Amino acid sequence: MAATDRNIPALMVRCLKFAIGATAMTLTVAPLKAAVLPEDRADILYHSYSGGGVTISGPAVLVRKKLKDKYSLSAKYYVDNVSSASIDVVTTASRYSEKRVETSVGLDTIQDKTSYSLNYISSSESDYNADSAHLDVSHDFFGDLTTVSLGFSQGWDTVGKNHDANWVDRKVDRRNYRMGLSQILTKNAIMNLSFESIIDEGSDNRALGNPYRSVRIFDTANNAYSFDSERYPTTRNSDAISAKFRYALESKNVVFSEYRQYTDSWGINGWHVQVGYIMPIEPEWLIETRFRHYAQTHADFYSDLLPDTNFNFYARDKELSTFTSNSIGATASYERKAPSNWFVSRGKVSFMWDYFMFDYDDFRDARKTSADVTPGSEPLYHFNANVYRLLFTAFY
Amino acid sequence: MHHHLPHRRNAALVWRLASLAGCLFLLTACEGISPWVKPYERQNLATPAMSWSRDGITDAYISHVYQARESARGAEGGSGGGCGCN
Repeated sequence: MAATDRNIPALMVRCLKFAIGATAMTLTVAPLKAAVLPEDRADILYHSYSGGGVTISGPAVLVRKKLKDKYSLSAKYYVDNVSSASIDVVTTASRYSEKRVETSVGLDTIQDKTSYSLNYISSSESDYNADSAHLDVSHDFFGDLTTVSLGFSQGWDTVGKNHDANWVDRKVDRRNYRMGLSQILTKNAIMNLSFESIIDEGSDNRALGNPYRSVRIFDTANNAYSFDSERYPTTRNSDAISAKFRYALESKNVVFSEYRQYTDSWGINGWHVQVGYIMPIEPEWLIETRFRHYAQTHADFYSDLLPDTNFNFYARDKELSTFTSNSIGATASYERKAPSNWFVSRGKVSFMWDYFMFDYDDFRDARKTSADVTPGSEPLYHFNANVYRLLFTAFY
Repeated sequence: MHHHLPHRRNAALVWRLASLAGCLFLLTACEGISPWVKPYERQNLATPAMSWSRDGITDAYISHVYQARESARGAEGGSGGGCGCN
């Protein structure tokens, strides 16, 4: 039952250095074509999530501006206002409110015909801080038909716990390594392949879990259960590979699809497929519809109900269980040119709605235990969620 | 039950990174190939509907919704970012 508990392999770091070196050498000999900086824009977003006893909503603002046609600076401010009476919360505690603020700054530049993107993100709430730095490098080949990219992220998390004077903050070190390839296939078709490896290292067995969540331990004599703290491995290594595809039809409508396969050292295998259809209705409207199916298997050390705690690791996070998530969604977007004497060149309003259905195969609704319902035979948990996004964009 | 022995995982990752880097080398060998979609033939690809990401701020948000509730992460095409979604 124990998951392998190990450190970052030095061999992998050497391989990444090799891959980066190989790319650098490749870039110096290939014919070069300049890429394009992202366009200037300001976005104001209102986002809302509601489902499973949880509501999270708030604003987000993004501003992006080019400098000297060689640099693009961006800054973003994002807020989550959380009110949670989720199934995890109500089985062991009571509804809580929380506010998370995330700020980020970014610099994009094209130097010697290679694109660089540097970003720094800082997230803060009363019991969790997460800072991360990201570098992405990309280069076009074959007259812009092919784009190859490499990226690296480093994250530092501090895991706190409210209302617990005995809690000592834990630390998490996160590293992402990613590679991507975008390819123009025909006059009407494009594809993208991505690969990303992520390594999380926690300072101890409670760093990678949630300090507030508990496992259930079955007390067979009394047909009841008790709670105890979770115990996680100190590392998590994951690999994900994805393929995306877009095709422009004769009508100028677009079909798109996406597939991703995921696996990690905790024993979880996950995959998703998404398909969608976009209808531009000239000159101002764009309608999109989409469907997504996600499925995963449970972590080696996940259990809804433990017989005892004689294991190296154990957790009851439903995010680590066996479940499916199906979602449908639609977007309606209206964009028009501004009068020529305005600073703003174009304005856009977009509304997006997504509806999620989560169904768990081995996470039970612990609120439903009673004299007639023994622990371990409660109904399996499921919930639905509505997600809304309302976006105002100005291009200048 | 999955037993990922460290040396087997290292070997698998070495092969993956090496073969991806090897593909990059092969790209330089293919310099004789001229672009089969000329710049003046790309009008159908330059529309907002054919963009991988029309609005980065909303794409980042929906990725955050997935990551907070699903175990899978990575290979989304973005530049990553932590959120403390434990």
